[in-house]
Amino acid sequence: MTAASGIGARVLRTEDKRFLTGTGRYVDDLPLARATYAYFLRSPHAHAKIKSIDTSAAAKMSGVVNIFTGKDLVDAKVGGLICGWVVKDKHGQPHKAPAHPVMAVDTVRYVGDTVAMVVANTYDEAKDAAEAIKVDYDVRPANVDLAKAFDKGAPEVHPEAPGNMVYDWEIGVKADVDTAFAKAAHVTKLDLINNRLIPNAMEPRAAAAEYDKGTGHYTLWSTSQNPHVLRLILSAFVLGIPEHKLRVIAPDVGGGFGSKIFCYADETMVCWAASRVGRPIKWTAERSESFQTDCHGRDHVTHAELALDKDGKFLALKVETIANMGAYLSTFSTAVPTYLYATLLAGQYTTPLIYANVKAALTHTAPVDAYRGAGRPEATFVIESIVSKAAAEMKIDAAELRRKNFIPSTAFPYQTPVALQYDSGNYPPIIDEAMKIADYKGFEARRAEAKSRGKLRGIGFSSYIEACGLAPSQVVGSLGAGVGQWEAAQIKFNPTGNVQVMTGAHSHGQSHETTFAQIIHDKLGVPMDQIEIVHGDTATTPFGMGTYGSRSLAVGGSAIIKATEKIIAKGKKIAAHLMEASVADVEFDNGVFKVTGTDKNVPLAQVVFAAYVPHNYPLGEVEPGMDENAFYDPANFVYPAGTQICELEIDPETGTTEIVAFTAIDDFGNIINPMIVEGQVHGGIVQGVGQALFEAAVYDKDTGQLISGSFMDYTMPRADNFPSFKLGYKVTPCPHNPLGVKGCGEAGAIASPAAVMNAVHNALAPVGVKHVEMPATPLNVWQSIQGAQHQAAE
Amino acid sequence: MYDFAYHRPKSVADAIGLLKGKTEARVMSGGMTLIPTLKQRLARPSDVVDLGGVKELAGIKVEGNNVVIGGMTRHADVASSADVKAAIPALAYLAGHIGDPQVRNRGTMGGSVANNDPAADYPGAVVALNATVSTNTRKIAADDFFKGLFETALAEGELITGISFPKAEKAAYMKFPNPASRYAMVGVFVAKTAAGVRVAVTGAGATVFRVKAMEEALSKNFSSAAIKDIKIPADGLNSDIHGSAEYRAHLVGVMARRAVDAANK
Repeated sequence: MTAASGIGARVLRTEDKRFLTGTGRYVDDLPLARATYAYFLRSPHAHAKIKSIDTSAAAKMSGVVNIFTGKDLVDAKVGGLICGWVVKDKHGQPHKAPAHPVMAVDTVRYVGDTVAMVVANTYDEAKDAAEAIKVDYDVRPANVDLAKAFDKGAPEVHPEAPGNMVYDWEIGVKADVDTAFAKAAHVTKLDLINNRLIPNAMEPRAAAAEYDKGTGHYTLWSTSQNPHVLRLILSAFVLGIPEHKLRVIAPDVGGGFGSKIFCYADETMVCWAASRVGRPIKWTAERSESFQTDCHGRDHVTHAELALDKDGKFLALKVETIANMGAYLSTFSTAVPTYLYATLLAGQYTTPLIYANVKAALTHTAPVDAYRGAGRPEATFVIESIVSKAAAEMKIDAAELRRKNFIPSTAFPYQTPVALQYDSGNYPPIIDEAMKIADYKGFEARRAEAKSRGKLRGIGFSSYIEACGLAPSQVVGSLGAGVGQWEAAQIKFNPTGNVQVMTGAHSHGQSHETTFAQIIHDKLGVPMDQIEIVHGDTATTPFGMGTYGSRSLAVGGSAIIKATEKIIAKGKKIAAHLMEASVADVEFDNGVFKVTGTDKNVPLAQVVFAAYVPHNYPLGEVEPGMDENAFYDPANFVYPAGTQICELEIDPETGTTEIVAFTAIDDFGNIINPMIVEGQVHGGIVQGVGQALFEAAVYDKDTGQLISGSFMDYTMPRADNFPSFKLGYKVTPCPHNPLGVKGCGEAGAIASPAAVMNAVHNALAPVGVKHVEMPATPLNVWQSIQGAQHQAAE
Repeated sequence: MYDFAYHRPKSVADAIGLLKGKTEARVMSGGMTLIPTLKQRLARPSDVVDLGGVKELAGIKVEGNNVVIGGMTRHADVASSADVKAAIPALAYLAGHIGDPQVRNRGTMGGSVANNDPAADYPGAVVALNATVSTNTRKIAADDFFKGLFETALAEGELITGISFPKAEKAAYMKFPNPASRYAMVGVFVAKTAAGVRVAVTGAGATVFRVKAMEEALSKNFSSAAIKDIKIPADGLNSDIHGSAEYRAHLVGVMARRAVDAANK
């Protein structure tokens, strides 16, 4: 309707005024009177027994207020950190759940494990004192190499998980898949490593807490993506503070990418210690702490096999994966390589039989959990890599092989063999559009031209699907989730006609303040500047599940729509009274109630005023006030899909890869703000290309030291690594949510690693390179070329 | 960072005076290495003597056949100097590709050369152009200045006042940046000056080094073809997650050829 700023309009971001003028309010900006500052002493060893901790010298140092160690938590009977998703293994047994003490008690299990907390008048004093703490470690051998984590004799991370096995899980029927493989005309095999990544949100994690002795209230400010969930975990499982006595506020948060979903040791300690110290406590991670202690992402070792008939029809897919959990099970870690990974292995294809076996391993490394895409990038990388490899082996065009196996548009809703039922989609027009925009036909000419300049040019496809909009509560509950995954909204009009919309979702870069306001503007006709989106505070927003898994619009936006419907329904009753008409004859359009077929009308603002000043008002039938709550539990996941095409050039002399063109055509269902969606796709592609070409969390395999522990060694993608992206959309609206939306936050990162690596392999095929692992750094590519030349010479 | 006494002298003489007898004092020019080192608590100086207020140390002038650049001259000023661009465009190019704009507007030539980070760019230019390093007490030839990893000929309390670069007939700098830090993983500066042809490599070893075999070949024939078969031994070269010694050795050849081609353009 209101084209200028309603649904579908490219509205500039409301939140940018404060972000671009430096007036955002982040946790570290909080002015807390009499604040103390915390510093955490971290383990310098990947695996060691703590023989003793001597804090006596440190405690006497200038400015020190208090020092806590793991023993203090044991004495205070503080619970451990939890993993909130119980995965049952292939024998029906729940996963092994080793204890996760908030601070190490007698053993440290990764470099960065929390050993002591120093609270002092200034941060520098806390840090000075931490240096004076004497910890006597008995250093033990570390289990760092994922591929060897289950080997006999590998150092054990926890006695509760013998052999470092958290679970041995499967989906699908192996015997059926094996039968199909026996009949296959062609089998493509692939071994790959999905490289471990470090999230690196722009704002490091931070926490601050205050305890009110008079009321017994705790307030915790945290860089959380889901403050209500954090409060629930801290209350019910870790600290035992009653939920109504704990307020969690996640103010402006500078990026999360999943890494700020989880309940961490440091924020738990800051909250717990606030009442012991009797003064507010502030803590902000240094960048090196972020590298060491933020949950890392990905980290799989996988073997996959695809069976095809002679025409290239997929018959069956078999996948074996070892997934790294790190040293402790983080909040949602167990679900990521199972229900968010193996259930996606059908991709966009009709593969009738799929079997996946996932073994989760403990290692002496930082915990691994959800990171932008969480399981779905790993699944897409397996499928799209093996499909392109099969195409090359069978000498079928990569696009043609995909098209041959796409789920036809007439087949939706489509039940995959791996539990999910895709609600909607139409894949062929997406790849057609992508090929047109990427000028696929002209590629061979461009490759020849590049060759004349000494460059190896390659092109790669990635046709992804993802399941997001987490999630139908009963479905995830049956799979082991410890929480529901609905979302909540409250629309509260003020007497003067402006409106506050409280959401349980949390914006840390997603632009909810703009997108959600556009929905309100579109549905209720309230001007944009009269709408305030409120999020991130458990005291002011309804209980909600927060933001991750591209869920906020599909689930949170749907809750808002439900609340607008309640507002309109109530408003109609009031308007009918004011216009002396029957409710059935009242219609609502663009902010105005009208009596059908007449020129009688009353604007929403007047109805709102009447509701708060109910002098002329149907009090017998309608309550005063204009304030409605709604909860929305989705009927299914949503299934965004798309095709990316990456074109790149490799300098064979140096191994350097340059992306020269990148096309992404997505089906996100209906789009509220195309500008914001483009921003999400841009960022997602960059993050995925980061995985493919640049980023790697590297631990020393013997000592477990994090070698890539700073930006000096961890390669972040930068703007000058990219061309301008060519984006486009095809829309099949989601049939089961009221906005018809699907979710766009993770798609770019899910699809792009395979697009890039398929292009790398395509470029290097002429020089005989068979396989390059991610990241395809210059060194890696050069060594691959050298290896191929060496092999050719033999 | 740990506590230290901070001084901001106005002259070289004052700076030298402040340093006298303070064995744990550190000199700061641009601070682009020292400040992060202090923040990470990797250094604990008693005193920091900031040369930022010593005006006499900054500036660029042409003296006969030489361009003389003051020790406190910022990279950005070298990169944009008309005199440097006219006399030795490769040096202006090098300065314009150090770090990022923030670093170039703070970092100084003297600081970089005195620090002698193995991955710094300037040492390549100093050696290839056969420059002369002037200090408050003496003049040091380029070949005698760089001694090893973060090690130079500078004595305690000795300050670089300026560096004199002979004009080059032909010169070019080719850098292969570390993908993460963008410091030089391999940087090759090739120059043909009145003193002959020099090829200096930075980033690949513990400190800048010359490739004599290439210099000899290029003296006879200043073309990339002349050095295409010269292999650099990997022994003793740096090796890390971004580049093995073999890879760095290979890149020295590639960057040298590209530098010669660029110098011939």
